Amino acid sequence: MKDEVTSREERIDNLKGMGCSRKRVEDARFTQGKGNYVDDIKLDGMIFGDFVRSPYAHARIKSIDTAAALEVPGVLAVLTAKDLEPLGLHWMPTLAGDKQMVLADGKVLFQGQEVAFVVAEDRFAAADGIEAVEVEYEELEVLVDPFKSLESDVVLREDTVDEAGKPVDGAHGPRKHHNHIFTWEAGDKDPTFEVIDNAEVVATESMYYHRTHPCPLETCGCVASMDKVNGKLTVWGTFQAPHAIRTVVSLITGIEEHNIRIISPDIGGGFGNKVGAYPGYICSAVASIVTGKPVKWIEDRMDNLMTTAFARDYHMTGRISATKEGKITGLHCHVTADHGGFDACADPTKFPAGFMNICTGSYDIPTAFLEVDGVYTNKAPGGVSYRCSFRVTEAVYFIERMIEVLAIELNMDAAELRRINFIKKEQFPYTAALGWEYDSGDYHTAWDKALKAVDYDGLRAEQAQRVEDFKAGKTRSLMGIGLSFFTEIVGAGPVKNCDILGLGMFDSCEIRIHPTGSAIARLGTISQGQGHATTFAQILASEIGLPADSITIEEGDTDTAPYGLGTYGSRSTPVAGAATAMAGRKIRAKAQMIAAYLLEVHDDDVEFDVDRFVVKGAPERFKTMKEIAFAAYNQAIPGIEPGLEAVSYYDPPNMTYPFGAYVCVMDIDVDTGVADIRRFYALDDCGTRINPMVIEGQVHGGLTEALAVALGQEIAYDDMGNVKTGTLMDFFLPTAWEVPNYETDYTVTPSPHHPIGAKGVGESPHVGGVPCFSNAIQDAFRPFGNRHTNMPHDHWRIWKTANELGLHG
Amino acid sequence: MSKKQHYKITVNGKEEEFLAEPRELLIYTLRERLNITGPHIGCETSHCGACTVTIDGKSVKSCTMFVAQADGKDITTIEGIGGPDDLHPLQNAFKEHHGLQCGYCTPGMITRATKLLEENPNPTEEDIRFGMAGNICRCTGYQNIVKSIMAAAAEMNAAKEAAE
Amino acid sequence: MIPAAFEYYRPKDMAGVLSILEEHGDDARVMAGGHSLIPMMKLRMADVPHLIDLQDVEGMSGIEIGVEAIRIGAMVTQHDIIDHEPLASAAPILREAALQIADPQVRYMGTVGGNVANGDPGNDMPGLMQCLDAAFTVVGPDGERDIPARDFYEAAYMTAREDEEVLTAVTIPMPKGGYAYEKQKRKIGDYATAAAAVQIVNDGGTCASASIAMTNLSDTPIYSEAAGAALVGTSVDDAAMNAAVAAMLGDIDPTEDNRGPIAFKKHVAGVILRRAIERAWSRA
Repeated sequence: MKDEVTSREERIDNLKGMGCSRKRVEDARFTQGKGNYVDDIKLDGMIFGDFVRSPYAHARIKSIDTAAALEVPGVLAVLTAKDLEPLGLHWMPTLAGDKQMVLADGKVLFQGQEVAFVVAEDRFAAADGIEAVEVEYEELEVLVDPFKSLESDVVLREDTVDEAGKPVDGAHGPRKHHNHIFTWEAGDKDPTFEVIDNAEVVATESMYYHRTHPCPLETCGCVASMDKVNGKLTVWGTFQAPHAIRTVVSLITGIEEHNIRIISPDIGGGFGNKVGAYPGYICSAVASIVTGKPVKWIEDRMDNLMTTAFARDYHMTGRISATKEGKITGLHCHVTADHGGFDACADPTKFPAGFMNICTGSYDIPTAFLEVDGVYTNKAPGGVSYRCSFRVTEAVYFIERMIEVLAIELNMDAAELRRINFIKKEQFPYTAALGWEYDSGDYHTAWDKALKAVDYDGLRAEQAQRVEDFKAGKTRSLMGIGLSFFTEIVGAGPVKNCDILGLGMFDSCEIRIHPTGSAIARLGTISQGQGHATTFAQILASEIGLPADSITIEEGDTDTAPYGLGTYGSRSTPVAGAATAMAGRKIRAKAQMIAAYLLEVHDDDVEFDVDRFVVKGAPERFKTMKEIAFAAYNQAIPGIEPGLEAVSYYDPPNMTYPFGAYVCVMDIDVDTGVADIRRFYALDDCGTRINPMVIEGQVHGGLTEALAVALGQEIAYDDMGNVKTGTLMDFFLPTAWEVPNYETDYTVTPSPHHPIGAKGVGESPHVGGVPCFSNAIQDAFRPFGNRHTNMPHDHWRIWKTANELGLHG
Repeated sequence: MSKKQHYKITVNGKEEEFLAEPRELLIYTLRERLNITGPHIGCETSHCGACTVTIDGKSVKSCTMFVAQADGKDITTIEGIGGPDDLHPLQNAFKEHHGLQCGYCTPGMITRATKLLEENPNPTEEDIRFGMAGNICRCTGYQNIVKSIMAAAAEMNAAKEAAE
Repeated sequence: MIPAAFEYYRPKDMAGVLSILEEHGDDARVMAGGHSLIPMMKLRMADVPHLIDLQDVEGMSGIEIGVEAIRIGAMVTQHDIIDHEPLASAAPILREAALQIADPQVRYMGTVGGNVANGDPGNDMPGLMQCLDAAFTVVGPDGERDIPARDFYEAAYMTAREDEEVLTAVTIPMPKGGYAYEKQKRKIGDYATAAAAVQIVNDGGTCASASIAMTNLSDTPIYSEAAGAALVGTSVDDAAMNAAVAAMLGDIDPTEDNRGPIAFKKHVAGVILRRAIERAWSRA
C-alpha cells in the first residue's frame, strides 16, 4: 500500500503526540456547563445528610437529644456515635495509622468536629434538623499550641495512655508524652552535630510554616447508594484515590470489595484536600444502608475550611554550617509538627513526616540530620500535601530559608551561595545525606539561565540604589529580590518503600484498541483539572501510533479502571504516565508481530515508524497501526491471540526529581505593608515535556497558590481553638486583580529511569514558589538587618517587620 | 419550613413555573429543581462567583439570592450562552487559550465575561482583571483566563466589523 | 449554609412596607440587594422571620442632580453609581469609592441604602456620606424625617433609624473642590483595613474647607471635625497634614481582627488619611 498523501512530519503532527500543545478534550463539556461533578448527581429518591458540628474545640459531650430534630418536617433520621458503635463504625482508621472519630464518641477534639448526622428529605430540612439537635457540652481546657500540648497534663486522647496514665506506643513507635504522636528521624545525628559544632560558620534559625488549607473551589462530598437487591454499594465522590477509598470502605464495613463501586466524577480541584477519607463518606454510606435510599452529603465552605484536611503547620528549627568560603558542611533540622486532634496525614506508611527528608534541597550537603515530632492539639486533623508531594513544600521552604540566612551570616550573595553548593551535573545519580537518590539534574545551567533572563546583577544594582534612596528619604518603597531553587521529590512511589495502608504505590494503565483503529485507555489515577484525558492520550499516541484524538482516556470508576493509588503528589505522570507508556509498548510489540505476518517478513525485519511498521530497508512496504488494529480482529494469525489489548502495572524504580529556578521582584510599601509583585520568572525542568500548554497552565496555577500561601492564606485559631478564617472573606484566595503575569521558561533534563523521561510538574511551582515569594519580602528588609520573619506575609506582618527594624521613624 | 409559594422565572428563554419555599436560594432552584447544573456552588458567601448567572442584564451570584427575589425575572446561565451548535466565542477562546483546568469556576467565569464584554467590548488587561475580580479560580492563576477574554473580544469585534 | 425559613413579602409601595413592619416589629427586616443580609441569614447569624423585599417599591431608584444637592434613591446600586456619568462629574468621589466596594457582581446588587442603613462599620458608604455631610431620609409610621449622616451611627449595627422606619434616600449637598477615597484592603471583596474620604476646597492655595471621615476604624464611621479643621486656613503642608492625622487618630478606636492589631491599624489609618488628603488637595 502506498502512502503518498502525507509526509512523515505531517504524520507526526496528525498524531498530536508528546511535545505538542494539544488543546484539551475536557474543555468542551466544562465551557458549556456540562461537567459532571458530584453535586450534579441526582438519583431517584435521593436524600441528604449533614452534620451537627461542635462549636467547641475541646469538650466532653454530656448528652445528645435528637427528639426535637426528628420532629422537624422532612427529617428522617439522626445518627450519633451510639448508632455507629454496634457496626464498629464510630471510629475509622486514618491514612497515618491512627484512628479518627466518625461521630463524636464522648468528646470533641476540634471546633467543627462531626457530632451527629442528620438525614432528611432535602438539604433545607437537614439544615433545620441540625438546628434542632440539642447537645450538652462540658468545655475542657483547649490546647492549640503544640509546644504547650507537649507539656500539658491534659490528655487529649484517652487511647494514648494506659490505665496508669503512662503513654502507650503509637503507630510509629514510642511516645515522649501522652500528647506526642511520633518521632521520626533521618540521617546521622552524631556526625552531623560534630560537623556543625566545629564548623567555621553556623547559621541557626527557627521558622513556623503556618497552617493553611488546599481549599479547592469544589468542596468535598459524596453520594452513597446501597442497592439492597443486588447487595452493591456505589459511592460517587470527590476522591483523589478512588481505589484506595474502595479498599478502605471494604476493610471498615466488611462489604466485599467486588460489591463496592467507587466513582470519582469530574472533580473541581483537589490540591490534596480530597485524598483522605472523611466522616461524611462513612455516614452517607451507613445512612444509605439504613434507609435503602441514595444519600448525598456535600460540605459547605466553612465545613471544608474548618474540618477537612489542613496543610503544613510545621514549626522548624535549623542549623546549617559552612566554611568561610561558603561551602556547606552540615544541616540539622528539627520539626514540631502540629497534627491536630487525630493524625490523619496522607503520607506513605513508612514516612510519617512525608518526604521532609528532602530538606537538603538542591545542595551537595555531606552530612545531615532530621528529626520530626508529631503532636496532638485541639485543631482539625489533616496534614495533607497541598499542591506538593508529601511535606516537600515544608522541606523546600526550610532549606531555601536556611540558605538565605546562611548567606546573611556569610555576608554573601544568596545566588552565589546557591551556585557554589549545587549538586553538579556529573554527580547524578546523586545520593543525598538523608538517603534519597536524585535521578538527574543540571542545576547550574538552569540557575545561570534564570539569573541572566532577569538581569540579576542589574536588579541588585537597582535594589542598592533603592536602599540609598530610602535612607535619603526619597522613597518609602523597598525592593525585594526573591530567589529560590528547588528540587522536588515526586512520583510515589516504589512499592519497596512506599505504601498507603499496605497498598503499594504503583499505578496502572489498561488499553483496548478497537478494530477500526481507535482506542480507550483506563488508568488508576483521576484528574482534578490536570487534563489527563488530553495528555495521557498524547503519551499513547506517540507510543502506539494512533492519533490522540482517537484515544479516549477514562479514569475514576473502580469497576472499570485498573487498580492504582490515584492522583496527588505529582504521581500521575511519573507513575501512571509510565504505566501508560509501558502498556503502549506491549501493544506495539504485538502489533509488530501482526505487521510482520501481514507483510510476510520476520518480526525482526519490521520497525516502528510514527504510525506504522515498515519493512527495514523497504519503506514503501508497511502496515499502519490502523490496518494492524483491524487485522488483530479479523484475521486468524498463527500463534497470536485475537484482539489488541494490554495492561501495565508500573512499580517505579525510583522517585523523580523535577527542579526549577525562580526569581521574584517585589516593591514593598514600608508604611502600609502592601507588597506589589513587579515580576516573576519561573524556569521549570520537569524532564520530557508532554504538553507545553498544559505545563504552562500548571505553573501559573501553582505559582498563584504559592502567592496565596506566602502572602496571606492561613487557617488561624484563637486561644479557645475557634477558627478565625472560616470563610472566603478571611481565608485568602487571590482574585485576578491580585495576581501578576508570570514569565515561564524551561530546561529539559529527562529522568533516566522513566520510560519517557517525564518527571511531573503540577506541584513544582507551588513548592518553589512559596519560598520565592517569601524570600522576596525578606530580601527587601535584609539591608536593614532582617534575618527571618514568618509567613504569611500579609500587610500587617510586613508592616510589623518594618516597624521592628525601626523603619517607621 | 415555611409555606411553598408559586414562582415563575424565565431561564435561558424557557418559562419555568413551580412551587418553592421562599428561602430556596436561586442556585438550588437552578441546579436541583431545573437541573441546570452549569452554575456551581463554591463559597456560599458571595466571594467566589462560581454561581454567577445573568439576571435582567446583571451579573449576579445566585447563591446570594432567594428564589422569591428572582420571581418574574429573566435568567441566563452558561447553558443559555452557547451549546455544541452555537458556541459563544468566549467558550471557544477558553479552550484555545487554556483558560480553564478543573472547570468548576468556568461556567461562572464565562457567564461573567459575557457581561463584561457587553459593557466594555475593548477591555484592557487591567479592565479584565478588575472586571473579573468577583470570580475566583484556584487552578489557572488567571493569566490564561485574561488571555482568553482578550482573544474572544478581538474575535467578537472582528465579527462585528465584518458584519458592518 | 441554609437560612431558617421566613415569610417573604414584596410590597409595591411604601405603605405596604410600613404596615408589615408595624405588624411584625422586630421580627421583620427590609432588604434591598441582600448582599449583606443574605450571607448573615445563611450563616444563621441573622434571624429574620419576616423578610420584606424592597425591589418593587416605586421611587427609590432615581439619581437626581440638582443645583444645590444630589438625591440618590436607596435602591440605587453601586453599579448604577459607577455607571452614571452626570453623577460622576458632579460628585466624582462617589464613583471612586463605589469602585472600591466588593466586586462587580456584588456591586450590581448592593445598594446605597443597604450600605448606609445596616450600620456595618465595615461598609464604605457611611463614612463617605459623613464626609459629604449627607442626610438620610427615613419614612415611618409618623411620616418622613431626615437624619444627618453624621448623627446616624450609634454603634455597630445600631443607628438612629427606628425599627419601623425605612431609609428611602440619601441627599448630598453638592460637593465642592478636590476629593479622594483611599482604601487599603487585603484583596478585592474585603472590607477596609482603613479607608478615608476627603473633600477639600482650595481657595488660591489656602484650604477653605475640608471634610474628612474614615471607615472601619471604630464601631461606627468616624467623621472628624477636628481633622478637617486642622487643614482649613493652611496651605495643606506637612504640618497641617500631621495635625489632621493626629486629630483623626484621636477620634478613631480600632479593634484587632484578622487584618491586624490596633497599632498597625492606627499607623495605616494615618498613612491612608495622609494619602487621601494629598490626592484630594492635588485635585482641588
